[in-house]
Amino acid sequence: MGRPTTSERPPVTPELAREHGLTAEEWERLCARLGRVPTYEELGVATVMWSEHCSYKSSRFHLRRLPTTGDRVVQGPGENAGAVSIGGGLAVVFKIESHNHPSYIEPYQGAATGVGGILRDIFTMGARPIASLNSLRFGDPSHPKTRGLVRGVVAGIGGYGNSIGVPTVGGEVYFDHGYDGNCLVNAFTLGVVEESRLMLAKASGVGNPVLLIGSRTGRDGIHGASLLASAEFDATSEEKRPTVQVGDPFTEKLLLEATLEIQAADLAVAVQDLGAAGLTSSSVEMASRGELGIELDLDQVPLRETGMTAYEIMLSESQERMLVVCEPARVAEIQEVCRKWDLEAAVVGRLTDDGTYRVRHHGAEVIAVPVDLLADPPALERPVAEPADAEVASEVLPEPGDYDEVLRRLVASPNLCSRQWIWDQYDHFVGGGTLVHPGGDAAVVQVVGTDLKVAMTVDCNSRYCLLDPYVGASIAICEAARNLVASGAEPIGVSDCLNFGNPERPEIMWQFEQAVNGIRDACVAFRLPVVSGNVSFYNETEGRAIPPTPTIAMVGLVRAPQPLTSWFKSAGHEIWLLGSSREEIAGSEFAAIVHGRRDGAPPWVDFRAEQALHQVVLGAADRSLLASCHDVSEGGLAMAMVEACCSVPDGLSMQGARIRLAEGMRPDAWLFGESQGRMLVSVPRESSSALRDLAAGHGVPAMHLGEVGGSTLELDDLVSIPVADLAATWRGAFGRMVDAGART
Amino acid sequence: MKWGVVTFPGSNDDRDTAHVLRSVLGHETVALWHKSADLQGVDCVVLPGGFSYGDYLRCGAIARFSPIMGAVARHAAGGGLVLGICNGFQVLCEAGLLPGALVRNRDLRFVCRDVTLRVESISNPFTNLAFAGDVWRIPVKHGEGCYVADPATLDEMEREARILVRYCRPDGSRARDESADRSDYNPNGSARDVAGVMNAGRNVFGLMPHPEHAADPAILGAEGGRRRADGMRIFQSIAHWVDQRREQASAGSMR
Repeated sequence: MGRPTTSERPPVTPELAREHGLTAEEWERLCARLGRVPTYEELGVATVMWSEHCSYKSSRFHLRRLPTTGDRVVQGPGENAGAVSIGGGLAVVFKIESHNHPSYIEPYQGAATGVGGILRDIFTMGARPIASLNSLRFGDPSHPKTRGLVRGVVAGIGGYGNSIGVPTVGGEVYFDHGYDGNCLVNAFTLGVVEESRLMLAKASGVGNPVLLIGSRTGRDGIHGASLLASAEFDATSEEKRPTVQVGDPFTEKLLLEATLEIQAADLAVAVQDLGAAGLTSSSVEMASRGELGIELDLDQVPLRETGMTAYEIMLSESQERMLVVCEPARVAEIQEVCRKWDLEAAVVGRLTDDGTYRVRHHGAEVIAVPVDLLADPPALERPVAEPADAEVASEVLPEPGDYDEVLRRLVASPNLCSRQWIWDQYDHFVGGGTLVHPGGDAAVVQVVGTDLKVAMTVDCNSRYCLLDPYVGASIAICEAARNLVASGAEPIGVSDCLNFGNPERPEIMWQFEQAVNGIRDACVAFRLPVVSGNVSFYNETEGRAIPPTPTIAMVGLVRAPQPLTSWFKSAGHEIWLLGSSREEIAGSEFAAIVHGRRDGAPPWVDFRAEQALHQVVLGAADRSLLASCHDVSEGGLAMAMVEACCSVPDGLSMQGARIRLAEGMRPDAWLFGESQGRMLVSVPRESSSALRDLAAGHGVPAMHLGEVGGSTLELDDLVSIPVADLAATWRGAFGRMVDAGART
Repeated sequence: MKWGVVTFPGSNDDRDTAHVLRSVLGHETVALWHKSADLQGVDCVVLPGGFSYGDYLRCGAIARFSPIMGAVARHAAGGGLVLGICNGFQVLCEAGLLPGALVRNRDLRFVCRDVTLRVESISNPFTNLAFAGDVWRIPVKHGEGCYVADPATLDEMEREARILVRYCRPDGSRARDESADRSDYNPNGSARDVAGVMNAGRNVFGLMPHPEHAADPAILGAEGGRRRADGMRIFQSIAHWVDQRREQASAGSMR
């Protein structure tokens, strides 16, 4: 590869621009607007700013269609994270973001710095982070890389999150051979701030100084945004390991406390963290939001090593750094706060009124480019083409003979077994507000010092999305909302993380377009704003793209005095199913595991029926009718029953249960089909008529299935297994899968 | 009763602990900063959980050199009470205020979960409101919580009733044989299932489980009454002991 090392200052030519990743058109635009050939530093800065990762140039055209407003919205997309009011003068600030490519190349540091990056996005806005989630995708467990990736990613998330003292309260993980060459690590963090104290990253005040606080700048992570995140993987990807940053959660913890102290004392005008493309994108974005110019003096930047060039300083992605704009009189006070937390704080530049981005190094001006040229590359309307329909086999799948055996296989399967092995490695207590710990439908965290209870979840079934990206993305919204409702919470806002293949391929852009439409239609139906998000393209290796994975993070507010939980509480309680069941086996885990089939159409989705279901469950929760509530999703009614029996926290006793089959449906579709819009609830006998009336009032089918009690799970006369057996298999399967061969 | 909670750079549970002491227990609680040597006249110093100074060298190894730790050592030498939770326990061992050391967990992984503890001894400032044999449910969350000490030290602590809590099964039982597989109840491989120990002066106590995360009824009430406020017994015991000493002192001065 002919790329010069970054220490040299080679002549700038169209060939060099191409090697940097600029298209011919982009090169011409840069030269034409400058009226000259750019300097080497200008080329580097333009390249990262115009990279897919920083500019959203392929996705912006489509993202405009998402609904972003609502009564509760305090801050929509465009800032470091979105903010939604939760009452009492408080807002939750949240966002989900990807760190896929770094995590595949270097799983521990890749995942750790993913967590660090999303945490900074939240406390940059003055919000104290109170909970994190993550959404992970790995290849088939039998693939040689998978187990090492799982162990490294989980250790990295824990290593960073645990050290900084923000609880990791939940998440999701799926395995599919479609991710063999490209795992996904999507990290979500939520913080709380007084609405009136929300800090923005919009620079203002010509002449105001710009401070760089936190870690010193080193040579790590150079070109992470442009090379690693904005290109697909190939056989040389391992060589990109030096572009992965190294995390230091201790310094981030100090930066967090210092930033919140600066905010509390009202010392800053604007704050922006340094993430992808480091000093370049943070300073360009701040100036661009404020429609100002900015000048930086790189000789003032505290460096980790000597001899760093301007190019390296501008493109370093050293972690744990923050850019702060303040009034001149406040510099000393900000430096005092930083000194208290043993952090450096250097004045590295100032705001100007000429709209130009100027950088000086060793006394010479190395960059002088219009801010708007860097910040606003044209949105591309890339070609979209629907792929030819896959041939769908129409034969009828045979019914299984031994349902006990089928259920035992499902319970131990990679996508259905308990994830306790993962969350045992995450601190989910710190902060002191966790009400519902990992393993429930949604995590619920109390805002300490108030009665406010915030529920949150991340969801996406990418098999549905591969079969039909519109329906799959709609279902992701529906399921996230259902998980919140099953916890007694009303959904109030969405953040999305759209993971796709190479956008230069029309069929990938078609998947993207369809998924955005699905999210839009579901959000419009539920009146939910999308307040923040992230797009990750180029998730493919040697031309094979991942299944489309529009991960949905959703936040809700618990209405009832206590959140609902998913497990059966007491013998004698009645078990009810709310919602309609159809004969839908295609796309299910059952079809994949038992029949090896991953084709067909995903389940039917009906927004109105979902909303009616929400009304019934939230209404029942308000009146404290429900003893338990659990969303029916992957693995169908049978897995929902297993989870309701077995997901009891340590220290409480497990319950058995017995239910009857519905008439007129194939038993395998009834037990394992994944019809949407259903909840499995248990109620004390005396409450069941009230529940039935409530459901009838909203037109939601409600079926009395059976009773809680005993020590076995009995599904009509098809399945009878002791719950202790099921629980042992279900809880132990994940560790057996990923620890196998760990010491070889 | 006045409490002080130390904040080292990297302390994480300092806010949670102070919240429990101040808002749930209702006691005066002050924040103690690591760069200061002023304990502000507190009755009990709490060293909280977290990753002091990043714990990149060895857990607690740097924190013991901070100015506040000199003051804490003097406080302890004068009979003042000190409670170390998790990282605080590690700091106390590094500082020589408690015997033994905490090393990597048996499974070499961070572990976060509820554990059951048996109260072994109650004639002390820290567990005097419990009954010997009580079984508590309190969470642990640590990567380096495996307690080690030489057999003579462990024997001595057993003789002097200074092992205050041990990991146990939910019914209070433990494996008879130290070499047996104890992973069903001992989360980290600690010697003799030790979860917390007291110094010979009987005024410094360190434990790996987090009592502050099993103390707030408003939080514990969710999840269907999953947890009791067992951790609160430690804070209440300390307060009870301080109150009693104060009463004895004032009764003595009136005589």
